[in-house]
Amino acid sequence: MIAELGLAMLWMAAALAVLQLVAGALALRPATAHLGGVVRPVAMLQGVLVACAFAALIWLFLSTDLSVKLVAENSHSAKPFIFKLAGTWGNHEGSMLMWVTIMSMAGGFVALIEKRLREETLIATLAGQAFVSLGFYAFLLLASNPFTRLAEPAAEGAGLNPLLQDIGLAFHPPTLYVGYVGLSIAFSFAVGALVTRDVGPAFARAMRPWVLGAWIFLTLGITAGSYWAYYTLGWGGWWFWDPVENASLMPWLAATALLHSCSVLAARNALRTWTVMLGVIAFSMSMVGTFLVRSGILTSVHAFAVDPTRGSFILALLAIYIGGALVLFALRASTVTEGARFAVLSRESALVFNNVMLCGILGIVLVGTLYPLLTEAMGVKVSVGPPYFNPVSAVFAIPMFLVMAVGPVLRWREDKGGRLTWSIAIPALVSAAALLAVELLFAPINLLPALGLTLAPGLAVASLLPMKGRNLRRTPLPIYGMVIGHLGIAVALFGMASEGAFSTERLAAMNPGDSQQVGPFKVTLAAIDPVAGPNWTALEATVSASYAGGAATVLHPQARTFANPPGNRTESALLTRWNGQLYAVLGEEGDDGRWQMRFWWKPFVPMIWYGGALVALGGLLALLGRVARDVKRLVAIDKIAWRRERQGR
Amino acid sequence: MNTMIKPKHQRLVLIILALIALIGAGLLAAYALSRQAAYFYLPSELAAKPPEAGRAVRLGGMVEKGSIKTMPDGVTINFMVKDDKARVPVRFSGITPDLFVEGSGVVAEGRMEGTTFVADNLLAKHDEKYVPREMKNMSTEQAKAVIAETK
Amino acid sequence: MNDPAPKRPSLAVWLPLGLFAGFLALVVVGLYWPADREVSSTFIGKPLPAFDLPPASDERPGLATKVFHEGKPRLLNVFASWCVPCAVEAPQLAALAKQGVEIDGVALRDRKEDLARFLAQNGNPFTRIGKDDLSQVQIAIGSSGVPETFVVDGKGIIRYQHIGDIRTEDVPLILRKLAEAQ
Repeated sequence: MIAELGLAMLWMAAALAVLQLVAGALALRPATAHLGGVVRPVAMLQGVLVACAFAALIWLFLSTDLSVKLVAENSHSAKPFIFKLAGTWGNHEGSMLMWVTIMSMAGGFVALIEKRLREETLIATLAGQAFVSLGFYAFLLLASNPFTRLAEPAAEGAGLNPLLQDIGLAFHPPTLYVGYVGLSIAFSFAVGALVTRDVGPAFARAMRPWVLGAWIFLTLGITAGSYWAYYTLGWGGWWFWDPVENASLMPWLAATALLHSCSVLAARNALRTWTVMLGVIAFSMSMVGTFLVRSGILTSVHAFAVDPTRGSFILALLAIYIGGALVLFALRASTVTEGARFAVLSRESALVFNNVMLCGILGIVLVGTLYPLLTEAMGVKVSVGPPYFNPVSAVFAIPMFLVMAVGPVLRWREDKGGRLTWSIAIPALVSAAALLAVELLFAPINLLPALGLTLAPGLAVASLLPMKGRNLRRTPLPIYGMVIGHLGIAVALFGMASEGAFSTERLAAMNPGDSQQVGPFKVTLAAIDPVAGPNWTALEATVSASYAGGAATVLHPQARTFANPPGNRTESALLTRWNGQLYAVLGEEGDDGRWQMRFWWKPFVPMIWYGGALVALGGLLALLGRVARDVKRLVAIDKIAWRRERQGR
Repeated sequence: MNTMIKPKHQRLVLIILALIALIGAGLLAAYALSRQAAYFYLPSELAAKPPEAGRAVRLGGMVEKGSIKTMPDGVTINFMVKDDKARVPVRFSGITPDLFVEGSGVVAEGRMEGTTFVADNLLAKHDEKYVPREMKNMSTEQAKAVIAETK
Repeated sequence: MNDPAPKRPSLAVWLPLGLFAGFLALVVVGLYWPADREVSSTFIGKPLPAFDLPPASDERPGLATKVFHEGKPRLLNVFASWCVPCAVEAPQLAALAKQGVEIDGVALRDRKEDLARFLAQNGNPFTRIGKDDLSQVQIAIGSSGVPETFVVDGKGIIRYQHIGDIRTEDVPLILRKLAEAQ
């Protein structure tokens, strides 16, 4: 019953999306402008209906209703609660429903609260949003219905891929989805603004919270994904430049550029065409990312649920949306009038530079990701890895970091070089000191880590400079957001450089009782024992590690074997100190009875993820600041309207 | 001195800047890719035309039966990867993937050092439907065996 | 803001569209050109290689090539108890068996007790089950993974190869291929 109800609600929501699109499109013509009135309520109702449909699917998974095909194929009654919940979206159909749900709820939310845009532009935006959702509704209802019943209920579910039975991964895809969907809202705003030729500060202000929100989720998603890969794959690396990782990085790069150009448009009414273009690019990158991941067109270490036919569908949607938007852009771009001007030395210029560099990195990553496809079409097989991505993206990243250190202290419109002496000198001195320390104390270090170690401290200091002379209490939240976000980048950069420069690895075959020296740690293998979890069994090593002769801490790396469905997974063990992490992996038993153990000591490596978290926190503060200001404004408008109404009587 | 860019020029400058960055990124990428992309080799290809020493490549083939030898340190293994025409000695230090056994297929990432292929990484996949894309067009019986076994 | 719009048709605005079209062309080629089907199709129309496999379970006899020469088209299903999609396709195989289709199985690198559990849980549509611990049959018939299903006509010629699990919507296709093999 619940399944049928969910399906019915999904169909109704799709019908409402059609209505939203048609009414919105007709409302743009003066003769039928009165139809515009239905668009907002329809968008809200659609959001509510899809949310109910998704709730129905969650209910089916939580109650393990094995008469539903999707549940039978992806769940198991013996799974812990949290993984039953995560099973809802840990599969193709469920994740698509989740995508549509978030998208339509966001659309409904826009309809509910957005009051700054011209009504016309808003209606065009919502119509665009309905158009995008419709593609996904068609995908869901015609090709991947999550509510299909089995002819006969299954006796037991098939379970969930063991790699996915991890708390981090359970919530990782939805985080990215929220980010992607947020960018779809930005895309709709861009399309709406192009349709009504209404590209201006109001458009940027309306779009900005959504971009910020999407960007926060993408940042969190990438940070968490990197950490997940770090501790589950057991390879000690935190970023592999794998297609799936690149697929999440590319929308982030585009969103970062969009965020910055948005602030120029909102504050200074400049970079109009560019911002619209980035709005389109950012959403294209999330669609491209989804396509690359889902279609299995590129080999990846993290690819799940790969299906070429589904890939074709996403590709078709991608072609329609992005192709359409780019045609619209090409037709309308010349009618978008020139924005305000700015000098070469101004904050706008710095932000333009940042945008161009981010797009450069985006291009590098995109080309590198697609290159194997290109050569394969010509009959040569290659794979592209860190030797390409690291140095080539650094060519763009390093100038960007340099400008990023100065940009926030520059004035809008035009600035004078003389004012900046100290703002440049202080970070430069810090960096010079860092360079000296790197060269004298730790040489030889590879070029890129050395550059990172040099730049990061200067960048950290520079990121705090905009706070100079400000009253901490009166500083607006968005300024705090910017400062913390930039600081986060510096912190993450330091972590990456330190990991690259100072990691030590130890690989050894050990008998219980044997010891090894790993960096400053002395590690001793105490024992290997079998252990059992709720749906897995494992071999568990007991390892004691003592830092520089101090007290020992016990670590338990495992090699887990899952039963439903069968599979293996290494569970590395981590020991985190303020100055780094010890990483332990249990391998196989050799012929002579010794156990293969692998250890890394990675100084300051957690700063990569602390940095990522700081960046997200910065985004959150900025978002809170913007939203608080908008709410205040809305309340004020309502008050005036109410007063007028009373006076009118 | 007024450094303000004229409005008519500003858009032009921005477009040119974006184009330069785009083209620059493209050229840089093309140049770096031609040097840094890791090419995929079969043992016979590696024997016929070895890549320059130190260049990152991938080697795919069958692990020869009876060829896996563990060194005294317990973590370094030597084995032979072969196809129907040639065999290449491979050295690997690390924890081998679960499905790495003699007679199975393997894709090794690494570089040539002298006549030995030193692998940094052995690729294996726990997904029973996995076939490395690079191996799809291999034509010999051996290749099929590799496809069937590399999981 | 109210300035007349400068009508300067610039080619640059079409550049993103051009790049996007290039991307589309590339992925379309990548997605459809080196299709998996080409590898498999090389075995269609060829005779089944000779093999004689011992029984994999106590309930069913082993599997040898000669049963495929008895004049009636049969299905050859390569599966394993450790393979998840194999469990998913079990209802479809059962439905086929119910319609009188004879299905022979090749159990790949399996253990007797695991297989018994799998068959008890998912049903046993097989007439014979051969034990292929070395993947020799799998390799010989060009199967690249499990599950895969082959339609073999009464003279031992492979007529159709189905890669991956048989979904409900694939059942009519399989029945049609069987009818064509008559």
